Order: sequence, then structure tokens, then C-alpha cells
Amino acid sequence: MKKIIASLMLLAMLCGLAAPAFAEDMAPAAPETAVTAVAEPAAAVAEPAAEAAPVPNKGDTTWMMVSTLLVILMIVPGLSLFYGGLVRAKNMLSVLSQVFGIFALISVLWVIYGYTLAFGDGGSMNWMIGDLSKLFLAGITPDSTSATFTAGVVIPEFTFVAFQLTFAAITTALIIGGFAERIKFSSLMVFSALWFTFSYLPIAHMVWATGGYLFEKGALDFAGGTVVHINAGIAALVGAIVIGKRIGYGKEPMAPHNLPMTMIGASLLWVGWFGFNAGSNLEATGGAALALLNTIVATAAAALSWMAAEKMLRGKASMLGIASGAVAGLVAVTPAAGLVGPMGAIILGLIVSPACLWAVSGLKKSMGYDDSLDVFGIHAVGGIIGAIGTGIFVSPSLGGVGVKDYEMMHQVMTQATGVLVTVVWSGVVAFICFKLVDLTIGLRVSEEAEREGLDTSTHGERAYNI
Amino acid sequence: MKMVTAIIKPFKLDEVREALSAIGVQGITVTEVKGFGRQKGHTELYRGAEYVVDFLPKIKLEAAIQADQLDRVLEVIEKAAQTGKIGDGKIFVQSLEQVIRIRTGEVGPEAL
Repeated sequence: MKKIIASLMLLAMLCGLAAPAFAEDMAPAAPETAVTAVAEPAAAVAEPAAEAAPVPNKGDTTWMMVSTLLVILMIVPGLSLFYGGLVRAKNMLSVLSQVFGIFALISVLWVIYGYTLAFGDGGSMNWMIGDLSKLFLAGITPDSTSATFTAGVVIPEFTFVAFQLTFAAITTALIIGGFAERIKFSSLMVFSALWFTFSYLPIAHMVWATGGYLFEKGALDFAGGTVVHINAGIAALVGAIVIGKRIGYGKEPMAPHNLPMTMIGASLLWVGWFGFNAGSNLEATGGAALALLNTIVATAAAALSWMAAEKMLRGKASMLGIASGAVAGLVAVTPAAGLVGPMGAIILGLIVSPACLWAVSGLKKSMGYDDSLDVFGIHAVGGIIGAIGTGIFVSPSLGGVGVKDYEMMHQVMTQATGVLVTVVWSGVVAFICFKLVDLTIGLRVSEEAEREGLDTSTHGERAYNI
Repeated sequence: MKMVTAIIKPFKLDEVREALSAIGVQGITVTEVKGFGRQKGHTELYRGAEYVVDFLPKIKLEAAIQADQLDRVLEVIEKAAQTGKIGDGKIFVQSLEQVIRIRTGEVGPEAL
């Protein structure tokens, strides 16, 4: 019964969101998004008859489809194994199920209403959210195209829909690391749908869609430092605090049960991240190559600096440290990938790891929250450093590609605004969504189930029957 | 008859088994165990979390032998398992009241 009420509430909230957008939809507003269909009849008529609508380049299209698959590789299996190896053996399957389940859920929600809300034209609400004109992907055909960063170059819109789908899915899946080993599976699914709707979609729209608040302000976020990493990192922190610590946290050992799996997961994340970062260029050009190279060197530099920091501070360089450093580097270079030079990327990588190492040890201990897999410490903190760093290293004087009318202080302030908006938005939305789910169906499993482990108590199976 | 139980370092198992075979011990039973003694545990560090691991992995080896084999058995185990460093383990000796070979029903020293 409670579940039915919760579902009804979710539906009601969705309708509430949809109503104004629908109203907008009725008005004859001209779609004018950075990424939506260019090949519309109206546009074609306006052009001189001889000039045909742009046709997607097969190389670009192929690259974007490969990139889409690479980001899926990041999620299942990459993120699953990275997270899975870090929990205790009794919770291994719960983490795998959560990542897999969220990927499936968001994939479906994305094509139903996510894409149109993120990348549609919301009219008077366009600073924050799109509309519902492409609900159920209405009107999109294999011939529809999306604009890229180059005038006159387009990719098939279905490719863009699929590519962006993976971003929405990984962002929502990242959050589970904050409260792994204690959340109720059904509640997590409900939370994921709510948070995706009310935090991911508006932030993605504000940052990436024409007319979006941060897009128009000139905030730079090449592949999703704010949209993906800060957004997810903050939600994870809020989740860790609202749900509370794991039973025995700080008293009982909670060592990772399989670090080789974490290493495999981190490696898959790294490989997949080339689709994430270089794919965000939307074309197979030199810009994509720059993003690809930066995604190698920033990551390598961050792995080295975590390794060195650990050796100096604790006397031993650990595999988990190297892998964590690599992920921190990937997070930091995400907003910067196609915008900074390779040397700028290396410096970003060198800076991010010591900061994240402090966040997952000193800061976490002094604040006392139980962010199980350090989503806040690595993704939010690394994302903030990446976002601010992008504003600095985009400077042509520091090897960056530069942006129009660049002025460092101004750009850094704009980046900071982007960070602040994301932190506050995600934090507030996550808090409300968690509380809502907690008050209706409850967020946490029983103490007995938690002690037994979620694999058997929630999923009725065991990861290792040896 | 005697029951000899030895706790040894895991990597010494092969040497001890060979030494026991060489002096005619017919069979041993081996178990992977954990425990603590004078050898201190170690600290493990996972990002910010630090855990002290008190229990170290060891091998428990059991051999049922004739009473007159005892001195030789103790001597070769001690020799083979020794590294001279802390944590080499211990050997316990108990009297063994009865032995039965299940297949044939033999009892006593014949069953060893």
C-alpha cells in the first residue's frame, strides 16, 4: 500500500512538472536548442533551394556510437566492479544489482521524458528545463539530426539521444557509493527516478542546452564535471548523512573484499572515459584527439600524485590509492578535456589527488559521515577542482584552447557560479527526495538484514558459493 | 601412540611434509587457520580507513604417529619449519588413545 502511495506521489510530481512545460508546448515556440533538429522543413525552406540540409558524416556518426558504447562500458561493468570490489563480500551482489538496475531504469526514463526535458526548449522556463515536445522521442526519425560544435556539421539525433542517455545513467548510478551496504533496493529505485527527474535533468539543461542558465553565463563544462560528478557527489553525501552510518562503522573492519575487481573496474572506467570525454566533442576531429590525450595524461598524473602523497604521508603506496588517484584525475579532467592543453591537464591531475586524498581521510574523519565508497570525496571534490581548474587552464597563455573574450578571473567566477548552483540544487533536491522516500517506504534495511548482508537478505543470492 | 599438532608458517608446509615423509610418517592432515601469538598483527589502510589485523594466517598440521617416532618427528618438524624469526609457530603433543582405519576396521598401531 505504501508503495502504491509512493508511486502515485511520484506520478503527481511528474505531472506537476510537466504541466507548465505542456502549456509552453502549446504556444508556437521555435525550437532553437544547440543540439536539436536542424533538418526541419522550416529551416530547409529558409535556405536557398540549392543548399541541402547538412548530412551527418559517417566518421562522426561512428565515433559517437562507439563513444556511447564506451560510456556503457564505464557503467556496467566498470562502475559495478569498481564499487563492488570495495564493499564487503556479503554486499557484492547488492552493489552490482544497484548499478545494473539504475542503468536500466534511467535508460528507459531517458527516452520517455528525460531527453526532451534536458534538451528541449522550455520557453519561459528554458533557463532551467526543456519541454515535452519530444515526449517518447516523438518526431525523431533516423533522418533527424543534432547540431555539433561546428556550424553545418550534424550527427543523427538518435546517436545524440543514446550518447546522452549514458551520461544520465552513470550520474545516477554513481550516487549509490555514498550509502552502499545499507539502502533498501526498492527505495533506491524510487529515489533514482526522482533525483534523475528533478536534479539531473535541470542541471544538464542549465549547463548544456542553449538558453540554459549556466550555458548562457558561459560556464565551461566539456564532458560533465558539474552535471555528472559534482551533481552525483553532492547527492551521495546528502544520502550518506540522511541514511546514517553503517552499523559498526568505525568499530568493525569494513575492508574492501576484492581489490583486484576494483582495479578491473577502475581500468574499465578509464577506457570507457575516452568515450565520455573525447565523445563529448561530438565530432571525430582534432578536438576529440585533444580530449583523448588529456584523458590519458591527467589520469596518469593523478595516479602518480596519489601514489606519491600516500607514500609520503603513510609510508606505503597502495593499489587502491593508485586506482583512486586515476579516478580522481578522470573526474578532474572531465570538464576540461577538450579545453585545456596536455600540460594543463597534467597539472590538474597532479593537484586533484592530494585534495581528494585529504577529503577521503582527514575531512571525512573530522565530519564523521559515512560516505561508504567516497563518492563525495572523489567525485564532488575532484569535480569542483576540475571545474575551477578548467576556468584557469583554458587560458591560451597556459596552453588551453581559449574561449571568446577570455579573462581569467571572470571565467573562474563563472565556473564557481556553476559549481555553487549545482551544489545547492543537487543538495536540496537530493535531501527532499531522500526524505520523501524515507517517510513513505523507508530508506534503510533492517538491522538484521544489514548484518546478514544485502546479498542474501535483499536479493536472495550469494556472490561466492565456494 | 601420539598426536602431534604443529602450527607453522604457511610457506614452510612443503618442507615439513617432505621431512616427515622422509622419516616414514604415513599421513598428515593440514588446515588453514588464523590466530595470534607473540608475533604482532599488521595495519591495513584503505583510503582513509585504517584496520589493525590481529589474526595472521598459519597452517595447522596434525600427524598421528607411533610413540617411538615422536622424538624424530619433533626434531624434523622443528628443523624444517624454523626461520629463526618471530612467528615460526609451536608444536603440541598429546597422547592418542585409539586409532581405527575405517576401510578395514584395523585398530591401534596397525591403523596408523
